Amino acid sequence: MSDVTIPPSDSLAVLEKQRSTAESFGIPLAVLLEITHRCPLQCPYCSNPVELDRSAKELTTEEWKKVLSELAEIGVLQVHFSGGEPTARKDLVELVKHASDVGLYTNLITSAVLLTREKLSDLADAGLCHVQISFQGIEEGLADRVGGYKGGHRKKLEVAKWTRELDLPLTVNAVMHRQNLHQLPDMIQMSLDLDADRLEVANVQYYGWALKNRAALMPTVAQLDECTEIVEEARERLKGRLTIDYVVPDYYALRPKKCMGGWGRQFFNISPAGKVLPCHAAESITGLEFESVRSNHSIAWIWQNSEAFNRYRGTGWMKEPCKSCEFREIDFGGCRCQAFALTGDAANTDPACALSPLHETIFKQAEAEAEGETSRFIYRNFAGGTLESENGT
Amino acid sequence: MAGPRHISVSEASRPVLPRHAKLKYDETRKVWVILAPERVLAPDEIAVEVLQLCNGERNVGDVADQLAAKYAAPREAILADVIAMLQDLADKGFLTEIREKTS
Repeated sequence: MSDVTIPPSDSLAVLEKQRSTAESFGIPLAVLLEITHRCPLQCPYCSNPVELDRSAKELTTEEWKKVLSELAEIGVLQVHFSGGEPTARKDLVELVKHASDVGLYTNLITSAVLLTREKLSDLADAGLCHVQISFQGIEEGLADRVGGYKGGHRKKLEVAKWTRELDLPLTVNAVMHRQNLHQLPDMIQMSLDLDADRLEVANVQYYGWALKNRAALMPTVAQLDECTEIVEEARERLKGRLTIDYVVPDYYALRPKKCMGGWGRQFFNISPAGKVLPCHAAESITGLEFESVRSNHSIAWIWQNSEAFNRYRGTGWMKEPCKSCEFREIDFGGCRCQAFALTGDAANTDPACALSPLHETIFKQAEAEAEGETSRFIYRNFAGGTLESENGT
Repeated sequence: MAGPRHISVSEASRPVLPRHAKLKYDETRKVWVILAPERVLAPDEIAVEVLQLCNGERNVGDVADQLAAKYAAPREAILADVIAMLQDLADKGFLTEIREKTS
């Protein structure tokens, strides 16, 4: 995805209640396709790995089409076209058309800055079902600075308008952090003005690029409390008009999140180069080998049998305090990528959990960073990042 | 043309699923689903039957008539259930309605 994080467990909650895919590790209902890592934006919290796939490694049009057919065949119902910026691929309309032809429900997760009205209209004709546009703020000064792309905010507003004119449902994805949380009330109003159906208030999750930028992004506890109050008030006030999904930064929680609904339980994504991954940050865990759709194995085989998916499935891999914890099947020990990034071992308890021996240290560190002076970003790019200049360019 | 949103379902309304909510039989899981943005809903048998009858031509009253005849059940009770189910779907943003052109 361009610069967002989807909580897949939320998306599936409704059907999960009816029939648990988790118990049998049935094929996920929705799959995230990161079709390219190329993106004109340089958001400092990008959810892509720090080691980006270059375009020469990307799957070809024919390979993606084969993937789409296979996904439909094994029972996937929805695909999210994401990236990087998915519209950076010239074959996106063709891929959306193919996905629709094989019966998949298609979402576009986009930064919107490369779209023309004609291209969006072609995508709608190809069967696109839903558009999600990321916003970095509510006015171009801050928004364009966060995205590292001049004129981006204005373009996003324009594309959001076209989206509704073309009768496509619109989700506004607002990625929130210390430097833009004060704009949240206006962000909610902006979503209403844009006639959006959904607003995702997604607090940054701190892996990969965002972890590099944690000191510039981490909100204060007070900011986060206020954010939660604003969301709760707006949800009540706007019931039936605007659905608001809310993702909190787990550093300030006592219990870790059930990341990805549990490793290998209800979600996978496919990277630009065709790797089948248990989560979009999974490649940050060194020592795990991920199978590719270019291998001799089917996607269903990789999901069921590959070593990477089975390594942290269920509870057998757990160490203490997870192993004997009464919540072990509620949150599955939190996020494996975060555990790896912060403790060096993905099998450790996610330090977001209050029961982790590292929780207090990390919480204090984050709190200190949130009160600190650092505001310059390290922008995301193929060169491993570029520090924002003193005057903010 | 975009159908109206935030509708209030009554006996006279002619509801339909909007283009972003697709009713589909999931062959793999042997269950009906409604595919919507970031959501997969699992409607029960009656909801599926009601939605299949909501073709944009029938109004809610017609749907209740059909179901009352088919199940030999009291129409008033069926009508109330149908309206409640459709309103719930509408409140979630997954229902629109056909309206006569006013201009």
